[in-house]
Amino acid sequence: MTGWERFTDSFFNARVMAQYLPKIIEGFGLTILLALCIIAAGLIAGLALAVLRALELRPLNWLIIFLVDLFRALPPLVIIVLLFFGLPSMGMELSGFASAWLALTLVLMAFSEEIFWAGITSVPKGQWEAARSTGLNFLQALGYVVLPQALRLTIPPLTNRTIAITKGTALASVVAVPDILGAASSGLSHSFNPSPLTLGALAYLVLFFPVVLLGRWIETRFAWKR
Amino acid sequence: MTPARPIVEARAIHKHFGALHVLRGVDFTVEERQLVFVIGPSGSGKSTLLRCLNRLEEPSSGSIIVDGVDMLDARTDINKARQRIGMVFQSFNLYPHMTALGNVMLALRKVQGLEKAEAEARAQRALDRVHLADRADHYPNQLSGGQQQRVAIARSIALEPRVMLFDEPTSALDPELVGGVLAVMRELRGDGMTMVVVSHEMSFARAAADRVVFMADGEILQQGPPAELFSAPRHERLRAFISQIERH
Repeated sequence: MTGWERFTDSFFNARVMAQYLPKIIEGFGLTILLALCIIAAGLIAGLALAVLRALELRPLNWLIIFLVDLFRALPPLVIIVLLFFGLPSMGMELSGFASAWLALTLVLMAFSEEIFWAGITSVPKGQWEAARSTGLNFLQALGYVVLPQALRLTIPPLTNRTIAITKGTALASVVAVPDILGAASSGLSHSFNPSPLTLGALAYLVLFFPVVLLGRWIETRFAWKR
Repeated sequence: MTPARPIVEARAIHKHFGALHVLRGVDFTVEERQLVFVIGPSGSGKSTLLRCLNRLEEPSSGSIIVDGVDMLDARTDINKARQRIGMVFQSFNLYPHMTALGNVMLALRKVQGLEKAEAEARAQRALDRVHLADRADHYPNQLSGGQQQRVAIARSIALEPRVMLFDEPTSALDPELVGGVLAVMRELRGDGMTMVVVSHEMSFARAAADRVVFMADGEILQQGPPAELFSAPRHERLRAFISQIERH
C-alpha cells in the first residue's frame, strides 16, 4: 500500500462512508434543529435585553451588563459541561441537547445584546426626541423609529457572530448529542477509520457555506445608503 | 383685542444639569396667536427653556401649563399633551428610513390612530402647506436641508398643534436655503399659529415677532416688542449682544 492509498483508505473509504452516511444525515438534521433553536432564542433574548437596557434603569442595567460580560467571558464548552454535569447535583436534569441549546443561547444572547445595544446607541438622540415630541411613547419611538435604523447597522456584525456561535453546536458532541460531529466521531470509534469525519466536515460545509453566502447577501442588501 | 389667558404659562422654572444652574427662575408666557422670539448668547438657557415646555427636558422645579394642561403633573398623559405642541429641531431629525410622506404619517397613524387613507390625505395636505407636495416620495437624503426642515415642519403641523416650538430652525442651513424655511414660518404665522422661536435670525424677529425675549445666564433680562428691544436696549448684556450680532 502506497502512502496515497493509505491516505484515501483512511479518509475517503467509500465502504465506511456508505455505512455511516445515514447517521451523519441524522446528525445533520439535529445540528440544523439545534442551530435554529439557538439563533431564534439567542437573538430574541439579546434584543429583549438591549431594549430593557434602553429603559436606563440603573440597577437593571448593572444586572444586564454583569450577565452579558459573564457569558461573553466563559468559554461555551465550559458552560455546556457545567449545565450538563452540574445541574443534576442541584436536582435539575438537562439532556445533552438542552444543555448545548441553553449554553449557546446564553452566549449568543450576550454577544447579540452588545451588538443590538451598540446599534441603539448609535442612533442620534434627535431621532428619539423627534419621535417623542410627536406623542409617540417610548416603545413606539423604539419600534418605529430607532430599531429600524439600529438593526440595519447591526446586521453585519450580527451575522458574523451568529455564524460563529452556531458553529459551536459541534461542542454538543461532548455531552453525547448525536449531531454531525457526534455521529462522525462515534462512526470513527466504531469503524477505526476516520472517513466519517470527512463526511462530517463535508456536512458542515454543506450546512454553513450557504449560511455564510446568505450573510454576505444580507450585508449588501441592507447596506446603509446615505 | 383683549389678551386671553396665556396658552403657554411657565412659572419659576429652574433647571440644574449637575452643578450647572442653567435656568434660574424663568417666568415665560405666550398668548394665543403670538410669535415670541427668544434670543441670547449660547449657553443662555434658551434652548433648554424651549425643551422644558414639552418636557423633553425635565425642569428641576417650577410649573408649566400649556393649553390648560399641567405639563409637569405626573397624572398628565405626556404623549397626549405633546401632540398639541409641535417641535422643530435645528438638525431636522427626519426619520432617514421613511419617505417625506412616511415621516409625516407616522404619528398620525400610530398616535392619533387614523386609517391609512385619511392619514395619507392629511400628510399630503401638510406637505402641500410647506410647498413640498411633489416631494412626498423622497427620502430625507434626497432632499436639501431646507426641504428637510420644511418636511419636519409638516410633520409637526399635520398633528394640528396649538403651539409650535422652533429650536434654531435655520442654524444648520446654508444661507440660500434659509429663506424658504422662514417663508413657511411666516405663512404659519399668517394662519394664526402660536409660535415660540429660538433663533439668531434678527431681521425675521424684527419683521415678524410680537415679542422678543432676551435671555442670558439662565434668566430673562429684558422682553418686549422687537422695535423697543432693538432700538432701546436697556440692559448692557443686550446692547453687547445686539452689536455683536449686527457686526456680522
